[in-house]
Amino acid sequence: MTETAHTEQRDYIGAKLGMWFFLFTEVLLFGGMFLVYSVYREVYTADFHEAGMEMNVVIGAVNTVILLTSSLTMALSISAIKKGAHKISVLLQAATVLLGIAFLVNKYFEWSDHIRHGFYPDSPQLLAMSHGKILFFGLYYVMTGIHALHVLIGVSIITFILVLTLRGTVTSNDYIKLENAGLFWHLVDVIWIYLFPLFYLIL
Amino acid sequence: METSFYNAPTRYPGLFGWIFTTDHKRIGLLYLISTLSFFAVGVTLGLTMRLELIRSGMHFYGAQTYNSLFTLHGVIMIFLFIIPGIPASLGNFIMPLQIGARDVAFPKINILSWWLFMSGAACAVASLFTGGGAPDTGWTFYVPYSVRTGTNISLAVFGVFLIGMSSTLTGMNFLTTIHRLRAPGMTWRRMTLFTWSIYATSWIQLLATPVIAITLLLLILERFFGVGFFDPAKGGDPILFEHMFWIYSHPAVYIMILPAMGAVTDIIPVFSRKNIFGYTAIAASSLAIAFVGYLVWGHHMFTSGMSDTSRIIFSFLTFLVAVPSGVKIFSWIASMYKGSIRVDTPLLFTLGFIFLFSIGGLTGLIQGALSTNLHVHGTYFIVGHFHYVIFGGAVMGFFAGLHYWFPKMFGRMYEEHLAKLGWVFLFIGFNMLYFSMFVLGWEGMPRRYYDYLPKFNTPNLVSTIGSWILAMGLIIMFYNLIHSLSAGEKSGDNPWGAASLEWQTASPPPVENFETIPVVTKGPYTYS
Amino acid sequence: MDERGNHIVGTKTYVFVWTALLCLTGLTILAAQMKMGKWSMVANIAIASAKASLVLWFFMHLRQEKRLFKLMIFVPLITISIMIGLTFFDIWYR
Repeated sequence: MTETAHTEQRDYIGAKLGMWFFLFTEVLLFGGMFLVYSVYREVYTADFHEAGMEMNVVIGAVNTVILLTSSLTMALSISAIKKGAHKISVLLQAATVLLGIAFLVNKYFEWSDHIRHGFYPDSPQLLAMSHGKILFFGLYYVMTGIHALHVLIGVSIITFILVLTLRGTVTSNDYIKLENAGLFWHLVDVIWIYLFPLFYLIL
Repeated sequence: METSFYNAPTRYPGLFGWIFTTDHKRIGLLYLISTLSFFAVGVTLGLTMRLELIRSGMHFYGAQTYNSLFTLHGVIMIFLFIIPGIPASLGNFIMPLQIGARDVAFPKINILSWWLFMSGAACAVASLFTGGGAPDTGWTFYVPYSVRTGTNISLAVFGVFLIGMSSTLTGMNFLTTIHRLRAPGMTWRRMTLFTWSIYATSWIQLLATPVIAITLLLLILERFFGVGFFDPAKGGDPILFEHMFWIYSHPAVYIMILPAMGAVTDIIPVFSRKNIFGYTAIAASSLAIAFVGYLVWGHHMFTSGMSDTSRIIFSFLTFLVAVPSGVKIFSWIASMYKGSIRVDTPLLFTLGFIFLFSIGGLTGLIQGALSTNLHVHGTYFIVGHFHYVIFGGAVMGFFAGLHYWFPKMFGRMYEEHLAKLGWVFLFIGFNMLYFSMFVLGWEGMPRRYYDYLPKFNTPNLVSTIGSWILAMGLIIMFYNLIHSLSAGEKSGDNPWGAASLEWQTASPPPVENFETIPVVTKGPYTYS
Repeated sequence: MDERGNHIVGTKTYVFVWTALLCLTGLTILAAQMKMGKWSMVANIAIASAKASLVLWFFMHLRQEKRLFKLMIFVPLITISIMIGLTFFDIWYR
């Protein structure tokens, strides 16, 4: 193998490896939050169950389906570009972005609803409740909040990659940027896969 | 030198050619200059602290100032100096050369790391002059005080958060580099042990740093929004903060020491003219230390109120981590045995490192045992211990590497006698300054206090005088190095006659590192 | 074949995985309605892990990566397990 071919192949694998390493750091970042969650769920099990009743399973389930579908469209967009179907890839990327935005819109309504009912950190209503409930809502806002931030970042990245695909920078010969964006997006999905039962299905 | 990387054309002129560089060698030097500058600030803070402690009842300033001083001393020394320390400076410059690469895997992310580092440092410095002023919680930011204090915790902690991001990205970069960019023939077993240590360290940087990131983020959220995770009034657990803090900060000490051990492991064969003893054991021990380092954080919390069960478990696990460290020490000594030893400055610092780190490590065992820990926790014994391992260990290893790779980076030699003189001052001053602390701690003097009982006067005086002798040593050493940048004798490409790959190219190297990427056929320590 | 010589994953496979994910989502919602006490958390995590594994294996192309790569995924997982596990020795026995 010539040095150049070796280098080019290295770049692809190297770029993907670097992205996976970065995903590990995100896993550990959320891992720290899961640590806090698991500690307090263990200590305040009954309170957590009570607080869980305040959550809207329907919105949670809808958001889960939205993210799972967006992972599908993302994966399909990568297959499309590998096959040279640029236009279809762009459409699928756009679908992913729209689904991501839909998720955020749902989150906005969900949070507004909770805040209107007086459930937010340091609210007088929350402080009057049991400790476990206070912590449950604290965890809810922090974990879904930081997750939503990652959804927003993901949506922005994919939009950027979409533009690159339209411009012809991302092609069937050089699609690592799209693939890495996909990896990030799937991780965001995986995190929600765990958040959903932990917050919405404690009944 | 017409072909050195210093003279290579850069995208932007002058200073911007440095600030916007993507050359790992320049980035390594950027880190070197910035971290050593922060070290100088940290030393000054330390000297100021020791001045206050020169005598019982003597006050140059008050308790609040003292609290801020030791907080800043810790934050600067740990987050702005020794954690980025060797990996960011020597690791950046030397590691790609040692594996025969032209640069790291992601050069742009590399300079981004430095920008994040400097931004974080700027936030930390800004916190001194804004909001409620300099943090006074200690570098450990324990709750509840860190939530309640009016000092500018949020900005300082956000600065540390940014520095953490820098560290994480560097870890990711180095891991990918070592996995993907080794020269043809450079198998894992032909890598230098310095590169192995950078590899193990990068795993820790990658996996541990996000935990401190989220911990500090939660602290900021606590201060702004009262979320309650660490507030007993809301059901939170302050000890949970300590768990999360030390889950990072214990592995962090291995970020500090592993590269220093790596540098020392590279130096010994060169100055013994002999192959390293126990290559595989040393490489494996680096990985083992990195792994076991995740299992022991609770030993910082034996008096915190956590359960007896966990205290026993953590104490047991703590004793385990001494084993791979011991493997290294025995391997180093065996490597020197029957070698043709030349005690040049790098080896002198190495020998000092082995001695001082051993003392630090042994006192760590005293702290790791539950019963004795109860006696020494929160006393100067602990302060003595960690200065022996971090300063006597990691920093002396850093100085060893700095002298060893000085000709590689700058193409010049420092003055040998002056270097050795500096070492003598350092060694004497260091032991006066810090050994006294073992005595003080054992006798019961608490740490983080701006005053003490008169019975502790004598060791404190010895300690403060030691700090001045140590400072003298640092001045001599740094004067020598800085002066030699311009006035030192030209060193030639390989003044030590070393066998590892970085020495087989020009000193300083050309911008592309090697004219042609070498094909590696033997190990890095083959001496006849 | 893509650049790496790997088979390009087909639409059918992806849609099949997606369907499985939706079914598992339904399953986890059902499981939550049942009274299992302590085991409901275990069941939820198990189903979530099954879903995550599907996403990792198919959508994230872990299936096509080298063995060393696949093994590396366990590193952050083991790290988190250690973090939570050792902390619980405190939480449980205080």
